[in-house]
Amino acid sequence: MLEALLEYKFLQNAFLSTILASITCGIMGTIITEKKLVMLSGGIAHTTFGGIGLGYFLGIEPIISGLFFSIIASLGISRINKKTDTYSDLLIGMFWSLGMALGVLFIAFTPGYPPDMTSYLFGDILTVSRKELLLMLIFDLIIITIIVSFFNIFKAYLFDEEFLAIQGAPILLLEYLLYILIACTVVLLVKVTGIILSIALLTVPIALAKQFTYNLKNLMILSCGLGAVFCLMGLFVSYKLGIPSGATIIIIAIFSYLTIVFLKKKTARKHSLPQ
Amino acid sequence: MSNAIELKNISVYYGQVCALAHINLTVKEGDYLGIIGPNGGGKSTLLKVILGLIKPSQGTIRIFGRPLTPKGRLISYVPQFSKFDLRFPINVRDVVLMGCLGKRNGLLPKYGKEDQELVDCIMKELGIFDLRARQIGQLSGGQLQRVLIARALSAEPKILLLDEPTANLDNKSSNQIYSLLKELNKKMTIVLVTHDLAHISSSVKSLACLNKTLFYHGEPELNEPIINNTFGCPVDLLAHGVPHRVLRHHEEAK
Repeated sequence: MLEALLEYKFLQNAFLSTILASITCGIMGTIITEKKLVMLSGGIAHTTFGGIGLGYFLGIEPIISGLFFSIIASLGISRINKKTDTYSDLLIGMFWSLGMALGVLFIAFTPGYPPDMTSYLFGDILTVSRKELLLMLIFDLIIITIIVSFFNIFKAYLFDEEFLAIQGAPILLLEYLLYILIACTVVLLVKVTGIILSIALLTVPIALAKQFTYNLKNLMILSCGLGAVFCLMGLFVSYKLGIPSGATIIIIAIFSYLTIVFLKKKTARKHSLPQ
Repeated sequence: MSNAIELKNISVYYGQVCALAHINLTVKEGDYLGIIGPNGGGKSTLLKVILGLIKPSQGTIRIFGRPLTPKGRLISYVPQFSKFDLRFPINVRDVVLMGCLGKRNGLLPKYGKEDQELVDCIMKELGIFDLRARQIGQLSGGQLQRVLIARALSAEPKILLLDEPTANLDNKSSNQIYSLLKELNKKMTIVLVTHDLAHISSSVKSLACLNKTLFYHGEPELNEPIINNTFGCPVDLLAHGVPHRVLRHHEEAK
Protein backbone atom coordinates (compact mmCIF):
# COMPACT_ATOMS: atom_id res chain seq x y z
CA MET A 1 0.00 0.00 0.00
CA LEU A 2 2.93 2.27 0.71
CA GLU A 3 3.94 2.36 -2.94
CA ALA A 4 0.39 3.05 -3.96
CA LEU A 5 0.27 5.82 -1.40
CA LEU A 6 3.28 7.48 -2.97
CA GLU A 7 1.96 6.96 -6.46
CA TYR A 8 -1.72 7.83 -6.34
CA LYS A 9 -2.94 11.27 -5.50
CA PHE A 10 -6.37 10.08 -4.36
CA LEU A 11 -4.72 7.83 -1.77
CA GLN A 12 -2.62 10.70 -0.49
CA ASN A 13 -5.76 12.80 -0.18
CA ALA A 14 -7.51 9.97 1.63
CA PHE A 15 -4.58 9.52 3.99
CA LEU A 16 -4.39 13.22 4.84
CA SER A 17 -8.13 13.51 5.28
CA THR A 18 -8.20 10.67 7.80
CA ILE A 19 -5.52 12.40 9.83
CA LEU A 20 -7.35 15.73 9.72
CA ALA A 21 -10.65 14.07 10.57
CA SER A 22 -9.18 12.21 13.55
CA ILE A 23 -7.82 15.41 15.04
CA THR A 24 -11.23 17.05 14.86
CA CYS A 25 -12.93 13.96 16.19
CA GLY A 26 -10.57 13.64 19.12
CA ILE A 27 -11.03 17.22 20.25
CA MET A 28 -14.67 17.84 19.42
CA GLY A 29 -15.73 14.30 20.26
CA THR A 30 -14.36 14.73 23.78
CA ILE A 31 -16.31 17.95 24.21
CA ILE A 32 -19.48 16.45 22.76
CA THR A 33 -19.30 13.38 25.00
CA GLU A 34 -18.49 15.29 28.17
CA LYS A 35 -21.24 17.84 27.54
CA LYS A 36 -23.69 15.02 26.69
CA LEU A 37 -24.35 16.40 23.21
CA VAL A 38 -24.04 13.15 21.27
CA MET A 39 -27.69 13.14 20.23
CA LEU A 40 -27.53 16.80 19.25
CA SER A 41 -24.55 16.05 17.04
CA GLY A 42 -26.42 13.18 15.44
CA GLY A 43 -29.32 15.51 14.74
CA ILE A 44 -27.09 18.17 13.25
CA ALA A 45 -25.35 15.58 11.08
CA HIS A 46 -28.61 14.40 9.60
CA THR A 47 -29.88 17.92 9.05
CA THR A 48 -26.79 18.48 6.91
CA PHE A 49 -28.33 16.16 4.34
CA GLY A 50 -30.97 18.81 3.62
CA GLY A 51 -28.21 21.28 2.81
CA ILE A 52 -26.43 18.84 0.57
CA GLY A 53 -29.66 18.29 -1.34
CA LEU A 54 -30.10 22.04 -1.63
CA GLY A 55 -26.59 22.32 -3.00
CA TYR A 56 -27.41 19.92 -5.82
CA PHE A 57 -30.71 21.66 -6.49
CA LEU A 58 -29.12 25.11 -6.76
CA GLY A 59 -25.97 23.85 -8.42
CA ILE A 60 -23.59 25.06 -5.70
CA GLU A 61 -20.97 23.09 -3.76
CA PRO A 62 -23.01 20.68 -1.55
CA ILE A 63 -20.51 20.88 1.32
CA ILE A 64 -21.00 24.65 1.58
CA SER A 65 -24.79 24.48 1.63
CA GLY A 66 -24.53 21.52 4.00
CA LEU A 67 -22.44 23.60 6.39
CA PHE A 68 -24.99 26.40 6.14
CA PHE A 69 -27.80 23.99 7.00
CA SER A 70 -26.01 22.38 9.91
CA ILE A 71 -25.13 25.74 11.48
CA ILE A 72 -28.74 26.90 11.14
CA ALA A 73 -29.92 23.62 12.66
CA SER A 74 -27.57 23.73 15.64
CA LEU A 75 -28.36 27.36 16.46
CA GLY A 76 -32.04 26.74 15.79
CA ILE A 77 -32.22 23.87 18.24
CA SER A 78 -30.51 25.95 20.89
CA ARG A 79 -32.72 29.02 20.27
CA ILE A 80 -36.05 27.17 20.20
CA ASN A 81 -35.01 25.15 23.21
CA LYS A 82 -34.51 28.37 25.17
CA LYS A 83 -37.66 30.11 23.91
CA THR A 84 -40.06 27.27 24.50
CA ASP A 85 -40.31 24.52 27.05
CA THR A 86 -39.77 21.78 24.49
CA TYR A 87 -37.22 19.17 25.49
CA SER A 88 -34.15 19.44 23.32
CA ASP A 89 -34.41 15.71 22.62
CA LEU A 90 -37.72 16.26 20.89
CA LEU A 91 -36.37 19.18 18.88
CA ILE A 92 -33.33 17.18 17.84
CA GLY A 93 -35.61 14.38 16.67
CA MET A 94 -37.65 16.82 14.60
CA PHE A 95 -34.67 18.58 13.00
CA TRP A 96 -33.13 15.19 12.36
CA SER A 97 -35.95 13.99 10.14
CA LEU A 98 -36.79 17.43 8.74
CA GLY A 99 -33.27 17.75 7.38
CA MET A 100 -33.40 14.32 5.77
CA ALA A 101 -36.87 15.01 4.34
CA LEU A 102 -35.76 18.32 2.80
CA GLY A 103 -32.74 16.61 1.35
CA VAL A 104 -34.88 13.97 -0.32
CA LEU A 105 -37.21 16.63 -1.76
CA PHE A 106 -34.39 18.81 -3.08
CA ILE A 107 -32.82 15.81 -4.78
CA ALA A 108 -36.17 14.91 -6.33
CA PHE A 109 -36.56 18.48 -7.64
CA THR A 110 -33.07 18.54 -9.11
CA PRO A 111 -33.42 18.36 -12.91
CA GLY A 112 -31.78 15.54 -14.82
CA TYR A 113 -30.49 12.29 -13.41
CA PRO A 114 -30.66 12.06 -9.62
CA PRO A 115 -27.14 12.31 -8.17
CA ASP A 116 -25.71 9.42 -6.17
CA MET A 117 -26.03 10.33 -2.52
CA THR A 118 -24.37 7.29 -0.97
CA SER A 119 -20.99 8.98 -0.72
CA TYR A 120 -22.54 11.70 1.46
CA LEU A 121 -24.55 9.26 3.54
CA PHE A 122 -21.86 6.67 4.14
CA GLY A 123 -18.69 8.49 3.21
CA ASP A 124 -16.23 7.83 0.43
CA ILE A 125 -12.76 8.60 1.59
CA LEU A 126 -11.13 7.64 -1.69
CA THR A 127 -12.86 10.47 -3.56
CA VAL A 128 -11.79 13.34 -1.29
CA SER A 129 -10.70 16.21 -3.51
CA ARG A 130 -7.93 18.76 -2.96
CA LYS A 131 -10.56 21.42 -2.39
CA GLU A 132 -12.26 19.38 0.30
CA LEU A 133 -8.93 18.63 1.87
CA LEU A 134 -8.13 22.31 2.06
CA LEU A 135 -11.52 22.97 3.64
CA MET A 136 -10.83 20.29 6.25
CA LEU A 137 -7.44 21.79 6.99
CA ILE A 138 -8.97 25.22 7.56
CA PHE A 139 -11.63 23.78 9.88
CA ASP A 140 -9.00 21.86 11.79
CA LEU A 141 -6.90 24.96 12.30
CA ILE A 142 -9.92 26.96 13.46
CA ILE A 143 -11.02 24.28 15.92
CA ILE A 144 -7.53 23.72 17.32
CA THR A 145 -6.87 27.45 17.72
CA ILE A 146 -10.15 28.08 19.54
CA ILE A 147 -9.95 25.07 21.84
CA VAL A 148 -6.27 25.49 22.68
CA SER A 149 -6.51 29.21 23.42
CA PHE A 150 -9.66 28.90 25.54
CA PHE A 151 -8.93 25.49 26.99
CA ASN A 152 -9.46 26.34 30.65
CA ILE A 153 -12.68 28.15 29.92
CA PHE A 154 -14.01 25.24 27.91
CA LYS A 155 -13.02 22.88 30.68
CA ALA A 156 -14.94 24.96 33.20
CA TYR A 157 -17.85 25.24 30.78
CA LEU A 158 -18.06 21.47 30.40
CA PHE A 159 -17.71 20.83 34.11
CA ASP A 160 -19.93 23.50 35.64
CA GLU A 161 -21.61 26.01 33.38
CA GLU A 162 -23.42 27.72 36.25
CA PHE A 163 -20.24 28.51 38.16
CA LEU A 164 -18.66 29.94 35.03
CA ALA A 165 -21.73 32.14 34.51
CA ILE A 166 -21.41 33.52 38.04
CA GLN A 167 -17.85 34.50 37.24
CA GLY A 168 -19.13 36.70 34.46
CA ALA A 169 -18.39 34.47 31.48
CA PRO A 170 -20.56 34.95 28.38
CA ILE A 171 -22.21 31.52 28.54
CA LEU A 172 -24.56 32.12 25.62
CA LEU A 173 -21.67 33.09 23.38
CA LEU A 174 -19.75 29.98 24.42
CA GLU A 175 -22.77 27.82 23.71
CA TYR A 176 -23.25 29.27 20.23
CA LEU A 177 -19.56 28.94 19.51
CA LEU A 178 -19.62 25.31 20.59
CA TYR A 179 -22.69 24.56 18.47
CA ILE A 180 -21.11 26.16 15.40
CA LEU A 181 -17.97 24.12 15.97
CA ILE A 182 -20.07 20.94 16.22
CA ALA A 183 -21.77 21.84 12.95
CA CYS A 184 -18.38 22.37 11.27
CA THR A 185 -17.10 19.08 12.67
CA VAL A 186 -20.02 17.12 11.33
CA VAL A 187 -19.69 18.62 7.86
CA LEU A 188 -15.99 17.95 7.89
CA LEU A 189 -16.67 14.27 8.54
CA VAL A 190 -19.17 13.91 5.70
CA LYS A 191 -16.57 12.74 3.20
CA VAL A 192 -14.76 10.44 5.59
CA THR A 193 -17.53 8.48 7.24
CA GLY A 194 -20.66 10.06 5.85
CA ILE A 195 -23.55 11.68 7.64
CA ILE A 196 -24.99 8.52 9.12
CA LEU A 197 -21.75 7.04 10.39
CA SER A 198 -20.07 10.23 11.59
CA ILE A 199 -21.40 9.93 15.13
CA ALA A 200 -19.35 6.77 15.70
CA LEU A 201 -16.10 8.58 15.02
CA LEU A 202 -17.09 11.23 17.54
CA THR A 203 -17.78 8.71 20.29
CA VAL A 204 -15.81 5.48 19.92
CA PRO A 205 -12.24 6.88 20.21
CA ILE A 206 -13.32 8.91 23.24
CA ALA A 207 -15.08 5.99 24.89
CA LEU A 208 -11.92 3.95 24.50
CA ALA A 209 -9.58 6.74 25.63
CA LYS A 210 -11.71 7.23 28.74
CA GLN A 211 -10.66 3.76 29.83
CA PHE A 212 -7.10 4.97 30.22
CA THR A 213 -7.05 8.57 31.43
CA TYR A 214 -8.75 10.97 33.83
CA ASN A 215 -7.24 14.10 32.32
CA LEU A 216 -9.23 16.15 29.82
CA LYS A 217 -6.22 17.20 27.77
CA ASN A 218 -4.82 13.68 27.60
CA LEU A 219 -8.28 12.42 26.76
CA MET A 220 -8.37 14.70 23.72
CA ILE A 221 -4.88 13.77 22.56
CA LEU A 222 -5.39 10.05 23.08
CA SER A 223 -8.73 10.21 21.27
CA CYS A 224 -7.05 11.91 18.30
CA GLY A 225 -4.46 9.12 18.21
CA LEU A 226 -6.98 6.32 18.50
CA GLY A 227 -9.18 7.93 15.86
CA ALA A 228 -6.22 8.11 13.48
CA VAL A 229 -5.38 4.45 14.08
CA PHE A 230 -8.96 3.35 13.43
CA CYS A 231 -9.26 5.49 10.31
CA LEU A 232 -5.95 4.34 8.82
CA MET A 233 -6.73 0.69 9.54
CA GLY A 234 -10.15 1.17 7.96
CA LEU A 235 -8.64 2.91 4.95
CA PHE A 236 -6.10 0.12 4.48
CA VAL A 237 -8.64 -2.69 4.78
CA SER A 238 -11.21 -0.98 2.57
CA TYR A 239 -8.57 -0.29 -0.09
CA LYS A 240 -7.24 -3.86 -0.04
CA LEU A 241 -10.64 -5.53 -0.09
CA GLY A 242 -12.41 -2.92 -2.17
CA ILE A 243 -15.17 -2.40 0.37
CA PRO A 244 -16.79 0.90 1.52
CA SER A 245 -14.36 2.91 3.65
CA GLY A 246 -16.77 4.60 6.10
CA ALA A 247 -18.40 1.37 7.14
CA THR A 248 -15.03 -0.38 7.48
CA ILE A 249 -13.67 2.36 9.74
CA ILE A 250 -16.71 2.23 12.02
CA ILE A 251 -16.75 -1.55 12.29
CA ILE A 252 -13.03 -1.69 13.07
CA ALA A 253 -13.40 1.06 15.68
CA ILE A 254 -16.34 -0.50 17.48
CA PHE A 255 -14.89 -4.01 17.45
CA SER A 256 -11.59 -2.67 18.78
CA TYR A 257 -13.47 -0.89 21.55
CA LEU A 258 -15.41 -4.00 22.54
CA THR A 259 -12.31 -6.20 22.45
CA ILE A 260 -10.17 -3.84 24.51
CA VAL A 261 -12.86 -3.22 27.12
CA PHE A 262 -13.48 -6.96 27.38
CA LEU A 263 -9.75 -7.73 27.77
CA LYS A 264 -9.34 -4.94 30.31
CA LYS A 265 -12.19 -6.30 32.42
CA LYS A 266 -10.73 -9.77 32.23
CA THR A 267 -7.24 -8.77 33.33
CA ALA A 268 -8.67 -6.62 36.11
CA ARG A 269 -10.57 -9.63 37.39
CA LYS A 270 -7.47 -11.82 37.22
CA HIS A 271 -5.51 -9.30 39.27
CA SER A 272 -8.19 -9.05 41.90
CA LEU A 273 -8.33 -12.83 42.44
CA PRO A 274 -6.47 -14.10 45.49
CA GLN A 275 -3.24 -15.96 44.68
CA MET B 1 -21.84 48.11 59.19
CA SER B 2 -23.00 48.17 55.59
CA ASN B 3 -25.51 45.88 53.97
CA ALA B 4 -23.96 43.05 52.01
CA ILE B 5 -27.18 41.94 50.34
CA GLU B 6 -30.37 43.93 50.01
CA LEU B 7 -33.44 42.36 48.41
CA LYS B 8 -36.45 44.61 47.93
CA ASN B 9 -39.85 43.19 47.05
CA ILE B 10 -38.44 40.32 44.99
CA SER B 11 -40.94 38.07 43.20
CA VAL B 12 -40.11 35.25 40.83
CA TYR B 13 -42.55 33.43 38.57
CA TYR B 14 -41.84 30.31 36.55
CA GLY B 15 -44.56 30.75 33.93
CA GLN B 16 -47.74 30.76 36.02
CA VAL B 17 -46.11 29.27 39.08
CA CYS B 18 -45.00 31.66 41.76
CA ALA B 19 -41.70 30.60 43.30
CA LEU B 20 -41.00 33.65 45.44
CA ALA B 21 -43.39 36.39 46.47
CA HIS B 22 -42.45 39.82 47.81
CA ILE B 23 -39.20 38.93 49.49
CA ASN B 24 -37.59 41.69 51.51
CA LEU B 25 -34.33 40.61 53.01
CA THR B 26 -31.28 42.46 54.21
CA VAL B 27 -28.06 40.71 55.08
CA LYS B 28 -25.53 42.77 57.00
CA GLU B 29 -21.84 42.54 56.20
CA GLY B 30 -20.23 39.84 58.31
CA ASP B 31 -23.51 38.09 58.95
CA TYR B 32 -23.94 34.32 58.82
CA LEU B 33 -27.46 33.67 57.60
CA GLY B 34 -29.13 30.29 57.40
CA ILE B 35 -32.18 29.97 55.16
CA ILE B 36 -34.45 27.03 55.91
CA GLY B 37 -37.66 25.91 54.28
CA PRO B 38 -39.37 22.94 52.67
CA ASN B 39 -38.55 21.49 49.27
CA GLY B 40 -39.94 23.73 46.57
CA GLY B 41 -40.01 26.60 49.01
CA GLY B 42 -37.85 28.73 46.76
CA LYS B 43 -34.55 28.45 48.64
CA SER B 44 -32.45 27.60 45.61
CA THR B 45 -34.36 30.15 43.54
CA LEU B 46 -33.51 32.83 46.07
CA LEU B 47 -29.83 31.92 45.90
CA LYS B 48 -29.93 32.05 42.11
CA VAL B 49 -31.58 35.47 42.23
CA ILE B 50 -28.81 36.76 44.47
CA LEU B 51 -26.23 35.24 42.12
CA GLY B 52 -27.86 36.88 39.11
CA LEU B 53 -28.59 33.55 37.43
CA ILE B 54 -32.35 34.18 37.55
CA LYS B 55 -33.83 37.55 36.74
CA PRO B 56 -36.64 38.30 39.20
CA SER B 57 -40.05 39.19 37.75
CA GLN B 58 -40.05 42.23 39.99
CA GLY B 59 -38.01 43.82 42.73
CA THR B 60 -34.45 45.04 43.10
CA ILE B 61 -31.23 43.50 44.37
CA ARG B 62 -28.29 45.41 45.71
CA ILE B 63 -24.94 43.92 46.60
CA PHE B 64 -22.92 46.22 48.83
CA GLY B 65 -25.19 49.06 47.80
CA ARG B 66 -24.67 48.53 44.08
CA PRO B 67 -27.05 46.94 41.60
CA LEU B 68 -26.18 43.43 40.49
CA THR B 69 -23.76 43.53 37.57
CA PRO B 70 -23.35 40.59 35.25
CA LYS B 71 -19.76 40.36 36.39
CA GLY B 72 -20.42 39.62 40.03
CA ARG B 73 -16.99 39.25 41.51
CA LEU B 74 -18.10 39.91 45.07
CA ILE B 75 -20.15 36.75 45.45
CA SER B 76 -19.05 33.18 45.14
CA TYR B 77 -21.13 30.06 45.22
CA VAL B 78 -20.91 26.48 46.45
CA PRO B 79 -23.49 24.35 44.62
CA GLN B 80 -24.82 21.00 45.77
CA PHE B 81 -22.14 18.45 45.07
CA SER B 82 -24.69 15.79 44.10
CA LYS B 83 -25.33 17.53 40.77
CA PHE B 84 -21.87 16.86 39.39
CA ASP B 85 -20.89 14.13 37.00
CA LEU B 86 -18.27 12.42 39.13
CA ARG B 87 -16.73 10.69 36.13
CA PHE B 88 -15.77 14.01 34.56
CA PRO B 89 -12.06 13.97 33.71
CA ILE B 90 -10.82 16.68 36.05
CA ASN B 91 -8.69 16.68 39.17
CA VAL B 92 -9.07 18.55 42.44
CA ARG B 93 -6.54 21.25 41.64
CA ASP B 94 -8.17 22.12 38.33
CA VAL B 95 -11.56 22.40 39.99
CA VAL B 96 -10.21 24.79 42.63
CA LEU B 97 -8.35 26.82 39.99
CA MET B 98 -11.66 27.42 38.23
CA GLY B 99 -12.49 30.01 40.88
CA CYS B 100 -9.70 32.21 39.51
CA LEU B 101 -11.18 32.38 36.00
CA GLY B 102 -13.38 35.38 36.61
CA LYS B 103 -10.96 37.51 38.56
CA ARG B 104 -9.37 39.29 35.66
CA ASN B 105 -11.42 41.27 33.20
CA GLY B 106 -12.03 39.51 29.93
CA LEU B 107 -11.64 35.97 31.26
CA LEU B 108 -8.03 35.31 30.36
CA PRO B 109 -7.77 31.60 29.78
CA LYS B 110 -4.35 31.16 31.39
CA TYR B 111 -3.83 30.95 35.12
CA GLY B 112 -1.10 33.17 36.54
CA LYS B 113 1.53 32.29 39.10
CA GLU B 114 -0.32 34.16 41.84
CA ASP B 115 -3.43 32.10 41.04
CA GLN B 116 -1.49 28.88 41.49
CA GLU B 117 -0.06 30.07 44.80
CA LEU B 118 -3.43 31.26 46.07
CA VAL B 119 -5.04 27.95 45.17
CA ASP B 120 -2.29 25.91 46.86
CA CYS B 121 -2.67 28.07 49.94
CA ILE B 122 -6.45 27.60 50.07
CA MET B 123 -6.16 23.86 49.53
CA LYS B 124 -3.69 23.60 52.42
CA GLU B 125 -6.01 25.60 54.66
CA LEU B 126 -8.91 23.31 53.88
CA GLY B 127 -6.88 20.14 54.22
CA ILE B 128 -7.26 18.96 50.66
CA PHE B 129 -3.76 19.75 49.37
CA ASP B 130 -2.76 16.08 49.48
CA LEU B 131 -5.74 15.22 47.30
CA ARG B 132 -4.86 17.77 44.61
CA ALA B 133 -4.03 15.26 41.89
CA ARG B 134 -7.08 13.05 42.49
CA GLN B 135 -9.88 12.81 39.98
CA ILE B 136 -13.04 14.12 41.62
CA GLY B 137 -14.80 10.75 41.49
CA GLN B 138 -12.22 9.36 43.90
CA LEU B 139 -13.21 11.66 46.76
CA SER B 140 -15.60 11.18 49.64
CA GLY B 141 -18.63 13.43 49.88
CA GLY B 142 -17.06 15.56 52.61
CA GLN B 143 -13.83 15.94 50.64
CA LEU B 144 -15.69 16.93 47.49
CA GLN B 145 -17.68 19.51 49.45
CA ARG B 146 -14.44 21.04 50.72
CA VAL B 147 -13.08 21.10 47.17
CA LEU B 148 -16.14 23.06 46.07
CA ILE B 149 -15.76 25.46 48.98
CA ALA B 150 -12.09 25.89 48.05
CA ARG B 151 -13.12 26.69 44.49
CA ALA B 152 -15.53 29.34 45.71
CA LEU B 153 -12.84 30.81 47.96
CA SER B 154 -10.27 31.04 45.19
CA ALA B 155 -12.52 33.70 43.64
CA GLU B 156 -11.72 35.75 46.78
CA PRO B 157 -15.34 36.68 47.44
CA LYS B 158 -16.81 38.98 50.07
CA ILE B 159 -20.02 36.96 50.19
CA LEU B 160 -20.18 33.17 50.12
CA LEU B 161 -23.42 31.41 49.20
CA LEU B 162 -23.88 27.70 49.85
CA ASP B 163 -26.66 25.40 48.69
CA GLU B 164 -27.24 22.49 51.09
CA PRO B 165 -23.58 22.12 52.04
CA THR B 166 -24.22 19.17 54.32
CA ALA B 167 -26.83 17.25 52.32
CA ASN B 168 -25.80 13.58 52.06
CA LEU B 169 -22.96 14.02 54.52
CA ASP B 170 -22.53 12.06 57.75
CA ASN B 171 -22.41 13.79 61.11
CA LYS B 172 -18.65 14.03 61.33
CA SER B 173 -18.23 15.56 57.89
CA SER B 174 -21.12 17.95 58.55
CA ASN B 175 -19.49 19.15 61.74
CA GLN B 176 -16.23 19.73 59.89
CA ILE B 177 -18.01 21.78 57.26
CA TYR B 178 -19.83 23.86 59.88
CA SER B 179 -16.68 24.61 61.85
CA LEU B 180 -14.94 25.56 58.61
CA LEU B 181 -17.77 27.94 57.76
CA LYS B 182 -17.63 29.48 61.23
CA GLU B 183 -13.94 30.15 60.65
CA LEU B 184 -14.60 31.64 57.20
CA ASN B 185 -17.32 33.87 58.61
CA LYS B 186 -14.63 35.90 60.36
CA LYS B 187 -13.56 37.11 56.93
CA MET B 188 -16.73 37.13 54.87
CA THR B 189 -20.51 37.18 54.84
CA ILE B 190 -22.06 33.75 54.53
CA VAL B 191 -25.53 32.74 53.39
CA LEU B 192 -26.46 29.10 53.37
CA VAL B 193 -29.56 27.18 52.46
CA THR B 194 -30.27 23.95 54.28
CA HIS B 195 -32.64 21.29 55.55
CA ASP B 196 -30.38 20.56 58.44
CA LEU B 197 -32.38 22.10 61.28
CA ALA B 198 -30.50 20.36 64.07
CA HIS B 199 -27.13 21.88 63.22
CA ILE B 200 -28.10 25.20 61.84
CA SER B 201 -29.36 27.11 64.83
CA SER B 202 -26.15 26.51 66.75
CA SER B 203 -23.95 27.65 63.86
CA VAL B 204 -25.55 30.63 62.23
CA LYS B 205 -25.89 34.18 63.48
CA SER B 206 -29.32 34.73 62.00
CA LEU B 207 -31.99 32.63 60.44
CA ALA B 208 -34.62 33.06 57.74
CA CYS B 209 -37.59 30.78 57.10
CA LEU B 210 -38.67 30.66 53.50
CA ASN B 211 -41.69 29.10 51.89
CA LYS B 212 -42.55 31.24 48.89
CA THR B 213 -42.58 34.24 51.23
CA LEU B 214 -40.27 35.06 54.06
CA PHE B 215 -41.89 33.94 57.30
CA TYR B 216 -39.21 34.88 59.70
CA HIS B 217 -35.88 36.59 59.77
CA GLY B 218 -33.96 37.20 62.90
CA GLU B 219 -32.24 35.47 65.77
CA PRO B 220 -31.58 31.76 65.31
CA GLU B 221 -34.16 30.82 67.89
CA LEU B 222 -37.24 29.18 66.45
CA ASN B 223 -40.64 28.51 67.91
CA GLU B 224 -43.34 26.19 66.80
CA PRO B 225 -45.70 28.62 65.01
CA ILE B 226 -42.88 29.81 62.76
CA ILE B 227 -41.82 26.30 61.88
CA ASN B 228 -45.39 25.20 61.30
CA ASN B 229 -45.99 28.18 59.06
CA THR B 230 -42.85 27.57 57.08
CA PHE B 231 -43.13 23.85 56.62
CA GLY B 232 -46.89 23.55 56.82
CA CYS B 233 -46.61 20.74 59.32
CA PRO B 234 -45.00 19.99 62.63
CA VAL B 235 -41.34 19.20 62.15
CA ASP B 236 -39.18 17.02 64.29
CA LEU B 237 -37.03 19.63 65.90
CA LEU B 238 -35.69 17.57 68.74
CA ALA B 239 -32.04 17.94 69.28
CA HIS B 240 -31.14 14.30 69.63
CA GLY B 241 -28.94 14.41 72.66
CA VAL B 242 -26.71 17.00 71.07
CA PRO B 243 -25.98 19.99 73.23
CA HIS B 244 -27.80 22.52 71.13
CA ARG B 245 -31.53 22.91 70.89
CA VAL B 246 -33.63 24.43 68.23
CA LEU B 247 -36.67 24.94 70.39
CA ARG B 248 -36.89 26.07 73.96
CA HIS B 249 -40.35 24.77 74.61
CA HIS B 250 -42.54 22.75 72.42
CA GLU B 251 -45.41 20.35 72.71
CA GLU B 252 -45.26 16.82 71.39
CA ALA B 253 -46.59 16.56 67.87
CA LYS B 254 -49.83 14.66 67.82
